[in-house]
Amino acid sequence: MNPSISVVHSNTDAPVEVIRLQGVSKVYRMESVEVRALTHITWSVRQGDFWAIMGASGSGKSTLLNLVGLLDRPSEGSYTLNGMNVADLDDDAMSQQRLLRLGFIFQSFNLIPQLSVQENIELPLFYRGWEAATCARRACELAEKVGLADRLRHRPAELSGGQCQRVAIARALANEPAVLLADEPTGNLDSRTGTQIMDLLVEMNQEGRTIIMVTHESDIAAYASCRLHLRDGRIERLEQGHP
Amino acid sequence: MTSLGFLRHLRIGVKDLLRHKLRSFLTMLGVVFGVGSVVAMLAVGEGASSQALAEIRKLGSNNILLSSVKPAEEETQQRPSMMAVYGLLYEDDARLRETIPHVRRTVPARILRRDGALGERRVELRLVATTPDWFDLVRREIIAGRTLLRRDAERMAPVCVLTEAGARRLLAGAHSVGERVRIGSELFEVIGILRNESGGGAIETPDEELDAYIPLGVAQKLFGEVSVRHSQGSREMERVELHRIIVEVDAIDHVEKVASAIEAMLSRCHRKKDYRISVPLALLRQAETTKRTFNMVLGSIAGISLLVGGIGIMNIMLASVTERTREIGIRRAIGARRRQIVAQFLLESVVLSGAGGVVGLGLGVLIPKMITRFSGMPTVVPLYSLMLSFGISAAIGVVFGLYPAWRAAMLDPIAALRHE
Ligand SMILES: Nc1ncnc2c1ncn2[C@@H]1O[C@H](COP(=O)(O)OP(=O)(O)OP(=O)(O)O)[C@@H](O)[C@H]1O
Ligand SMILES: [Mg+2]
Repeated sequence: MNPSISVVHSNTDAPVEVIRLQGVSKVYRMESVEVRALTHITWSVRQGDFWAIMGASGSGKSTLLNLVGLLDRPSEGSYTLNGMNVADLDDDAMSQQRLLRLGFIFQSFNLIPQLSVQENIELPLFYRGWEAATCARRACELAEKVGLADRLRHRPAELSGGQCQRVAIARALANEPAVLLADEPTGNLDSRTGTQIMDLLVEMNQEGRTIIMVTHESDIAAYASCRLHLRDGRIERLEQGHP
Repeated sequence: MTSLGFLRHLRIGVKDLLRHKLRSFLTMLGVVFGVGSVVAMLAVGEGASSQALAEIRKLGSNNILLSSVKPAEEETQQRPSMMAVYGLLYEDDARLRETIPHVRRTVPARILRRDGALGERRVELRLVATTPDWFDLVRREIIAGRTLLRRDAERMAPVCVLTEAGARRLLAGAHSVGERVRIGSELFEVIGILRNESGGGAIETPDEELDAYIPLGVAQKLFGEVSVRHSQGSREMERVELHRIIVEVDAIDHVEKVASAIEAMLSRCHRKKDYRISVPLALLRQAETTKRTFNMVLGSIAGISLLVGGIGIMNIMLASVTERTREIGIRRAIGARRRQIVAQFLLESVVLSGAGGVVGLGLGVLIPKMITRFSGMPTVVPLYSLMLSFGISAAIGVVFGLYPAWRAAMLDPIAALRHE
């Protein structure tokens, strides 16, 4: 298999719309109680955008990110990713889209503890069916990019939080996804390490990747170029434009 | 899934099992003992039955063997002066041949014990006085010379055929054909040497190690019909006309019918039960039935232990799925499909049961060896039992791993990611 990865460029004249939510709601039904986590969200993300989703705890930030990340389906409304209606995708197709188009970064890093740094980074390549040697080469490149080239054989438990998040970013980048999704990526880090991680994300954004990041800290949100404010599952305010 | 993916899944599976060495090992034990007992017990069963079958075949499956037996009540009287008269008669032999249909021929034999001497060497021989047909029914390899012929009987020639073991004890060999050996007080010319096949098995063969075959008429003339037995310091005289009659039946299908006809005839003519009928075919049938029953019992015991082993694997795989819920969530979020999760866990359970199977095979091959070594019982490990048990152990991994793997694959990714 030939590893051909096309880096997404954002310097086209008319930015492409990557994500479009149209009247999306998410309702959780627990026994007889209905919890409306999201109500009538209409939102579009263009290629190369750096969005921060903000709001109080329980306002539906993670729910929105999970919907966008194809880990869940909307209860109402339509979601279009790269021109595909998500309602038409089955579970395998959603997995395939997550594998090739989306990269996740979590607050708690979510590395697999029994795998080495290299194996964690290789995971998306493995599911893509790449050969071991090609995977290893790519994992080295990525580790170098996030500044962890000398830690490939280590276990996640032997790394600091900031280093773990770098590994997670490297893993999220492995298949060159168009969109990076980050749920409070700095939530478990001190402010200095958090800044370093944010610098890395900004760098990724400058390379052309679309980033959607959940945060409730305004100084972290300040790194983003656009901000979406949620309150009780509704869009309270959209701030677009460059800081 | 590509073969590459398969190998890497395999590697990951093995690694994960090695992470919990003790747990994996304990889980494997059920399959180890299951497979080990299947192989070992089949080997013991196969060994026993193949020995029995070989012995029975030596008797000839078309033959019926009649032997004279001293009746039990005679034993208790303890009157040394009295001559014991019992056993099969020449009349019986003739009547058998003439009145019972499907009897092709009969071979009568008298059996005496006499010392044989060649030069300085001396050995007690079992003298089998019989007709030339003996050698057609009890087929043994001729090492040197020839067997008895009709003309030996007609000429009343004092000739004998030795067995290989007897010849060796007398320091005779192929070169000894034509020499004279003293049996009792008479001289016999050695005309041939046979390879005898009486093993020390459970079933009595018509021939024994130290046999010497002579024409029936010659024995009657030279040794008479009364034999003297020395037992417990007393002399016991007995008069037995024929010690054995081997009946050859024309077809294997008639053997059982002929056997019951003989039984009926003899019980009519003999006051006491001073004879015994043994039917190799019936023994053969019985051995086969026994083997079948044995295998069935063994099979169900092994089946139960394999089932228990399988349940153990399922149990540990369910625990593993719960323990690794978060990992499953991560893999799904990254983009693993459901069937890739199934493959991962299924492969792990198959590796577990397969490894158990391999260890079990080792155990199953080793145990019969030890049994043979320490008890002398013959064992045979048939190839099919190895393949069967390994196949079963792998199948157990699939069957009992499927549900846990399916559970893993059906987890909701978000819930799995949130799992602590
Ligand atoms: N699986 C679920 N079942 C029922 N209710 C749910 C479920 N997931 C989320 N909710 C509810 O949906 C609402 C939004 O939750 P969400 O996790 O999106 O909030 P959040 O903005 O990410 O909060 P936080 O900042 O604390 O992470 C909450 O009221 C929550 O209780
Ligand atoms: Mg949240």
